[in-house]
Amino acid sequence: MKSPLSVLVAVLSGLLVLAGYFFPFPALIAIRTPMLDWAVTLAGIAGLVAIINLIVGVHLKRLREAGSKRFFSVVVIITFLIVAAFGFYLGPADPNFQKVVTAIQTPIETSLMALLAITLTYSSLKMLQRQRNWMGLVFFLSVILFLVINSGVLAFSAEIPLLQDLLSGFHHIPAAGARGILLGIALGSLATGVRILIGSDKPYSG
Amino acid sequence: MSQYEPLIGAVVFLFTSGLVIFFSSKKIRTKFPPVFRKLSAAIKLRRAIGLAVEDGTRIHVSLGNGSLVDPANASALAGLSTLNRIAQLASTSDLPPMCTSGSGDLQILSQDVLRGNASNNHSLGQLDPGLARMTGVTPFAYALGAVESMQDSGTSANVLIGDFGAEAALLLDGAENQGSYKLAGSNSIIAQSIFFAQADDTLIGEEIYALPAYLGSQAAHQASLRVQDILRFIVILVLLGAVFTRLAGWA
Repeated sequence: MKSPLSVLVAVLSGLLVLAGYFFPFPALIAIRTPMLDWAVTLAGIAGLVAIINLIVGVHLKRLREAGSKRFFSVVVIITFLIVAAFGFYLGPADPNFQKVVTAIQTPIETSLMALLAITLTYSSLKMLQRQRNWMGLVFFLSVILFLVINSGVLAFSAEIPLLQDLLSGFHHIPAAGARGILLGIALGSLATGVRILIGSDKPYSG
Repeated sequence: MSQYEPLIGAVVFLFTSGLVIFFSSKKIRTKFPPVFRKLSAAIKLRRAIGLAVEDGTRIHVSLGNGSLVDPANASALAGLSTLNRIAQLASTSDLPPMCTSGSGDLQILSQDVLRGNASNNHSLGQLDPGLARMTGVTPFAYALGAVESMQDSGTSANVLIGDFGAEAALLLDGAENQGSYKLAGSNSIIAQSIFFAQADDTLIGEEIYALPAYLGSQAAHQASLRVQDILRFIVILVLLGAVFTRLAGWA
């Protein structure tokens, strides 16, 4: 059941912030700036609520169930408690605290990046199995073409004006395609934003 | 930014709002019913939802790493509308959809969507609040947490709609290993190219914002799709006008 009050508050807040952007009168800015600050604070609190939901609603619950993944939940809960305790005690800006967190997080994420490279290579090889159509073939050939062009193999083209012009033309194709897609995304974002702002679409109940 | 840009923005906003309200009206919808081209991804998703309901398996909706305070939040809002519609279509299932996100605000909103649907189905008491979860705050943490969540919950279909980066490849790889159906769309061009290589169906460009309308959502979704088409024609006319003006040497 949608609460009319929450919808009204959401629509009015959105319209006020937008009006402050379009018409930067001092009165509107005086309303808009604290509202944006509240939004950022609320987003931070929402993050904390979501983390507690993850720990209590997912990992603590999993401890009560039989299964091999209980061990990982124990690790998550203990790590969360240690990081939260030191974070509250030292403060998140403390250089030693940041150093320890970064020293653990960076190598893990770098390893995942390496894993990602392998995953993407494997997926691109499997792509023609999945996309057995013209689009798939064009995509695959484009990938190969631009890998060759950007690899430096065709560096000698600088001495052949016709080939250089051709390669320069090829370089414009992805930019043109990306612009087309971005225009579509911008129009979609605009329509979605308008739908939410005028209250036609309410992905919340209040 | 020139002094006219905010004014142009206000005019575009008012024009778009007016069109959305106009096309949402029942009179216009009855007199000129919307006709959209076929979107095979939407047809396959409907089939996947039907199969999930019959099999007693779950549908996983991933909203990406974006946050509501990011400029890219519109894709996540489209994802929330899609989640709402999927929850409605799967309301006869024993297993409601599961939703993962990479920010607290989207987690709360997705939980709210699932709660609203459970309330409409009179199954609020059986709703597990852990079905809407934030699996990680960094992109990689989110992706790996989402993979683990989908593997735990017996998922047969994955719908990825929101702001993703290259890490989405890990998420789709996890879904591939599980043998589940994968439909993906994002506002990010990098993510779209990865989705094209890995997903069963990919939503390119503005198709991500059209999915709720194709799933038969509210009139406003279908109206906004019509408005998108009108705006696209206006942009094409402006671009062609600019090209002819330049060719004619007037600018």
